[in-house]
Amino acid sequence: MKGLDVDVLIIGGGATGTGIARDLALRGVTSLLVEKSDINAGASGGNHGLLHSGARYVANDAHSARECRSEGMILKQMAAHCIDDCGGFFVGTKGDDETYIANFPERCRENGIFSRSLSLAEARELEPSLSKDIIAVYRVADAAIDPFMLSRENTADANRLGSSILCHTRLIRFDRDGRRIVRAWLEDTRTSRTFSVEPCQVINAAGAWAGKVASLAGVSVPLVYSKGTLLVTQMRMTKGVINRLRPPSDGDILVPGGTVSILGTTSVRVENPDRICPTVAETDHIVAQGAMMVPGLEKVRYIRAYSGVRPLAGKKGCGDDRDVSRGFVLESHEKQGLDNLITITGGKLTTFRLMAEKASDLVCARIGNTRPCLTLTRPLPSTMAGRWTEPGAAPRHWMRKKHKSRDRILCECEMISEKTLDDISEELRKTGEQPGLLALGNRSRLGKGPCQGAFCSARLLAHLYDNNTLSGTDGIFEITSFLSERWKGQQPVFWGDQLIQAELTEAIHCGLFDLERFFEKGRS
Amino acid sequence: MRSETTTLHADLAIIGTGLSGMSAALFAVNRGLSTVLIGSGSPMNFASGLMDLMGVWPSSKEWDDPWAGIARVRKEIPGHPYATISDDSINQAFTELIAFLKVQGLDYRRSARRNVNIITSLGTIKKSYLVPATMWNGMLAFENQSPSLIVDFSGMKLFSACQIASTLSEQWPGLSSVRLEFPNTSHLEEVYPEHLARALDVPENRKRLADLLRPHLKTHAYVGFPAVLGTSAPGETVSELEALLERPVFEIPTPPVSVPGIRLHQALIRGFEKHERLHFVPDMAKKVTSLSGKGFSVTAGNDGRRCHVRSQGVLLCTGRFLGRGLIAERAGIREALLGLPVTQPESRQMWHHSTLFHPKGHPVNRAGILVDPLFRPLMQSSAPYAEQLHAAGSILAHSDWTRMKCGSGVAVATAHAAVTAFDQGM
Repeated sequence: MKGLDVDVLIIGGGATGTGIARDLALRGVTSLLVEKSDINAGASGGNHGLLHSGARYVANDAHSARECRSEGMILKQMAAHCIDDCGGFFVGTKGDDETYIANFPERCRENGIFSRSLSLAEARELEPSLSKDIIAVYRVADAAIDPFMLSRENTADANRLGSSILCHTRLIRFDRDGRRIVRAWLEDTRTSRTFSVEPCQVINAAGAWAGKVASLAGVSVPLVYSKGTLLVTQMRMTKGVINRLRPPSDGDILVPGGTVSILGTTSVRVENPDRICPTVAETDHIVAQGAMMVPGLEKVRYIRAYSGVRPLAGKKGCGDDRDVSRGFVLESHEKQGLDNLITITGGKLTTFRLMAEKASDLVCARIGNTRPCLTLTRPLPSTMAGRWTEPGAAPRHWMRKKHKSRDRILCECEMISEKTLDDISEELRKTGEQPGLLALGNRSRLGKGPCQGAFCSARLLAHLYDNNTLSGTDGIFEITSFLSERWKGQQPVFWGDQLIQAELTEAIHCGLFDLERFFEKGRS
Repeated sequence: MRSETTTLHADLAIIGTGLSGMSAALFAVNRGLSTVLIGSGSPMNFASGLMDLMGVWPSSKEWDDPWAGIARVRKEIPGHPYATISDDSINQAFTELIAFLKVQGLDYRRSARRNVNIITSLGTIKKSYLVPATMWNGMLAFENQSPSLIVDFSGMKLFSACQIASTLSEQWPGLSSVRLEFPNTSHLEEVYPEHLARALDVPENRKRLADLLRPHLKTHAYVGFPAVLGTSAPGETVSELEALLERPVFEIPTPPVSVPGIRLHQALIRGFEKHERLHFVPDMAKKVTSLSGKGFSVTAGNDGRRCHVRSQGVLLCTGRFLGRGLIAERAGIREALLGLPVTQPESRQMWHHSTLFHPKGHPVNRAGILVDPLFRPLMQSSAPYAEQLHAAGSILAHSDWTRMKCGSGVAVATAHAAVTAFDQGM
């Protein structure tokens, strides 16, 4: 069977892959992007959503610091609707390394990064929740970025320009002919159907999985995996980003994300990027560390924990992974005997655009395309595709619009109405995706509020039967999968109110609906 | 604000107004005990209004005969609350509760030795034991595979007739669905079950509903509705609809806060109002002190309205985390009022499995208070905390009610056993 012809095959639907799809499309190169799971399922989704000013890296990674500074400034211009330009603080607390604190402003200056010293009184006026034990505060130009909106918008723009994306599509193998990949075999993970494509160029943007993709092509990429765990609070704790003014360590960044805040992170070397999950010990450690900057973090309700794996370019056996550069790797593989594969990995969310630019430059040079990169100057259009991942967007929309016909709120925590969910379903259908609970959850705040899906899952399920999206026993599979997915991130934060919520979830879904019996029956 | 303080005296202070506390109050007054019932529970605590006795143990075994299931549990889980209660006592507890609810106009039905299969609003089939009489026909319709019509209402959430019919289509091919606009609701963004139930308390609205529905009825032998058929006298609503539609009618349970849960809560409250031996304090208990001489002092309410209760005995029916009987902190689980020892997994890491629907159930759900055969909480030393301090209901250890389907049975049976023990000790 002859495979589908494509100019460029991109593997990996994170910030880098989707960024490349758009960058290439703007230069007139169409691509097919395949993602084995869903958009931002890896490190692009498992992070703080912090747009670094660069200040974080001034002491130990000047190169990354400068890259973050310039890219942060570009993104604030080019993707403003994905960014909450909330600013940030670096705060030193009693007992922190005073030399580090004293050197911080000079290091910022050396790298051209803005920082301004604030008096403790000024700082507390701006951020009243700061600890009384703080001894130094600097203002910096950090911001919060919605990585899901960003990747959806990049995808939507690439789509508009003729490129395609297939989620739930896994690379199984490459066929090689000498120095070239001639065919890539792909599998739809939901139907197990396999098919092939015949690309001119292949871009490996698989993040933490880049090593696996490279090995399928018979080449290698040296990577280490560093797991980071983050916690989501039920409410927004601060106006801006709060960083601990000390060498990068655990639990030292708090980033607002709309109506919530995200606290993290840790750095734990793992052997395998699959099946990582946050632990109770990490959670307790992060809370204790975070509370030293913002004491309210000790008492606030946490609704979720999650982990991401940072793919760090480097050799195994280094010391602390925080010493490994957060710079990115662009590997042409030519020295390894392959002429039409490139790998782009490592790096940071903040530098995704630059990574996409460099990867696209290399591919364009290979295929003889001389058009310049446009992502520096062409703003990312704001479309439907990304708008519902922002906390607080759905309630604002519901309150503002005129209600001509019934539009019930199906997710009461995040105020998402049936018509909003219908709109997202429509978008999903356009890309050939079935609008189930998980897919809708990935494209909105559904199930991300305090109830973590206990009620909205059943409400949305009823709605999906009513509009003929689901039939037969589909719904049982849908709701059990959705609740299981929400459960994954909650286990370490089950104490206090969130444990009460868990008890209620079980009372409804096991006590009344007997959903656990389907698992038991499935086993026997 | 002026503060108002009252002091009450009683034989027994029952703390908690879920099913165990409420039924304990009933058992206590039936035994002639002067009783104070303290708690701010809501209909939420009464869930779907279904009462399970025993459905599953071990996880691979579903019991049609709950009593056979209980016998197995007694053998295999010596610490389970059923382990020290006889079948006769459990049965007597339910008989007493059923009689009481009947007087309040709320009929419940059961089979002597068999669980009943109830359709849920998700289209799943759930085994239960004692069910609102308004749901009984649903069980018959399902078991006989009778052609039936399920009705739902525009604007109502969490209930789709089409979902139920579609989900059950393989097991029950004769099932179909219809959506109606409930009279006078088309202007409403959302339609709430409780409002529909109140509307159906009015005979005129039942007629209008029947008129709307009649054109959709064909060969259907039964008609199923979401559980919204009236608030205080659902039996009357159902019989009238049956007469108007000329076929049997049934209700399908919905998630909390549910109308059958509200009915159960209201029926119990009604039954206690003006009862000469019972005083109801509708506030959270804040503090319990075991007095050095004998008896207890319980404080409820807040600064504005405070109540002190002096009683000879206390029965804790404070529930688990949702009821605030147990408090889960990062460092561990503690009992809220007296700091009683709580048997629990060694560390928080072990509270839950990594998958929600793990067949074994989560270890945290078996955490709780250990009691002696008189249902008195035990200290670490295995001696009772106090002669006349008892505990009942879901706060007790070793009963994972959501998985074993034994929540209401444990609540009612242990309340009965604890009150009986207290009464005999007096």
